[in-house]
Amino acid sequence: MIRAEGLSFRVGEISLVESAHMGVTKGEVVALLGPNGAGKSTLLKLLCGQLSPNEGQVFFENKPLAEWEPRELARRRAVLPQSSTVPFDFTALEIVLLGRSPHGDASRCEDMAREAMAQTECAHLAERIVTSLSGGEMQRVQLARVLVQIDWAVERSPRCLMLDEPISNLDPGHQHGALRVAAKLAEKGVGVLVVLHDLNLAAQYADRLLLMKQGRIVVEGTPAEVITEEQIGAVFDIRVKVIRNPTCDAPAVFVESSV
Amino acid sequence: MRRRRAVFVGLVLALLATAVCSLCVGALQIPPADVWAALIGQAGEARYESVLWNLRIPRMLLGFMVGGALAAAGGLMQGLFRNPLADPALIGASSGGALGAVFVIVMAGTFFPDLPLLSDLRILPLASFAGALIVTWLVQRLAATGGYTAVATLLLVGVAVNALTGAMIGFATYLADDAQLRTLSFWTLGSLGAADWQVVSLAAPFCLALIFLAPIWATVLNALALGEAEAGHLGFRVERTKAILIVLTAAGVGASVAFTGIILFVGLVVPHLIRAMIGPDHRWLLPGSALLGAILLVLSDTLARTIVSPAELPIGILTAGFGAPFFLYMLLRQRRKALWT
Repeated sequence: MIRAEGLSFRVGEISLVESAHMGVTKGEVVALLGPNGAGKSTLLKLLCGQLSPNEGQVFFENKPLAEWEPRELARRRAVLPQSSTVPFDFTALEIVLLGRSPHGDASRCEDMAREAMAQTECAHLAERIVTSLSGGEMQRVQLARVLVQIDWAVERSPRCLMLDEPISNLDPGHQHGALRVAAKLAEKGVGVLVVLHDLNLAAQYADRLLLMKQGRIVVEGTPAEVITEEQIGAVFDIRVKVIRNPTCDAPAVFVESSV
Repeated sequence: MRRRRAVFVGLVLALLATAVCSLCVGALQIPPADVWAALIGQAGEARYESVLWNLRIPRMLLGFMVGGALAAAGGLMQGLFRNPLADPALIGASSGGALGAVFVIVMAGTFFPDLPLLSDLRILPLASFAGALIVTWLVQRLAATGGYTAVATLLLVGVAVNALTGAMIGFATYLADDAQLRTLSFWTLGSLGAADWQVVSLAAPFCLALIFLAPIWATVLNALALGEAEAGHLGFRVERTKAILIVLTAAGVGASVAFTGIILFVGLVVPHLIRAMIGPDHRWLLPGSALLGAILLVLSDTLARTIVSPAELPIGILTAGFGAPFFLYMLLRQRRKALWT
């Protein structure tokens, strides 16, 4: 569904992303992991077209990203960048309804918006002014916005969701809630790409993990293949123990306190 | 929904009331019944008809258009720069327009007194449009990086352009004779006194284009509240829209400045009042601002030409007198919301 071939992005002499090959297919959750400055957000911005690569190309449904008509693309693909401020006093419901703008039916979608807000556990905030929301509340509202953008798409066909650290401000309960929403979307056939920091959450909810370091994708595979003591230790420069997560069939990582 | 309808009905009624008031009141008081008689061509007194058709009606129309254009431009710029402090005068667009117009006047009067093109009234709105366009574009380039507009840069560009305009107008003052001096104060303080039918017809296409076309892009402005990248991900062509809106704003502001001088704070205050009444949705904010801007400017003008009658107060004194304290109040509120970084 999304395919990147040989993506490189440089700012001056510094290479932020170096010859990245990757893809997301229908119905899977792919988590992008790596230390700070590894190039995760840059790669996501390249994949969604916000930045143009110096080399390489991004395809959505086998068609180069630049050839898509923006509105057509927006009906099939939603992107949630890291949190940004809203300068005016919109209500949370109005913000969620903005997700319908590529479909042009926002005025008829209030029920849909409220349902999406219920899924992301923020229905009670619908009438609140967004400038008064906390970071975590805003993240749930924004997640509901991208949800109404693609979950109720006219074209049920290929759809994709890209999330850049969507749970950074959430408490553990809401973190799991948000990732469950993403996993449920994947079950409906949506391809989900999500930048995460928490290895255990990634192992629990993602079908495939990509580990980045210094602009390169260094390891790729299922959680069990990627999360090993050697690989995690090498990528993050830490010493870890990996055990089986007692709540599900996924590896779980524990970091040693002294290095 | 119901509240929005009530506000719009109220605004339209207020607009009508303002029209009646501005036509009746002045150095020569005309009773409403006689205004109506004159409008349908059956005036009791010939001088009523003359005052109305030659002075008050064109002046009222110019006031409605300029007030509407300035307020709509303010709402539009605030959405475009994602910043509630943007205002055509504060960021220098108005000054840029004045600079263009004064430049042409000084050039025409001093260096090319025989060149008919430059002294033609029709060249003024174009020169002023160009000035406003250059400044708005410059502000956009300087202050907006990565989809985020730095308030400090926004206002500092305004300071620089205002200083340049001040120097230019100072230069013109230095060259001007006594009679011209009085008219130059027009640029810095604003006045609707120049209104006649020719001015109205020259300003109309620019002002009306802004007022009636701007709402077409209201949904993009709503999406822009999320951020420029976010609006792009929602399928809007952000760069193209920004270019169109900058041209529209410059057209409205430029034409306003060319014929009425710099009128401060209308563009800043009015959209805030409308947001407080019906919320920030640009589909309603832009037309609502245009209506309230038209009302407030014509009311201020009616006040300006009656309180020291038969003389006239420059209208900018009134709008700045009300607008500047409001701006300070907003700065205090903004600081608490920490939009200043």
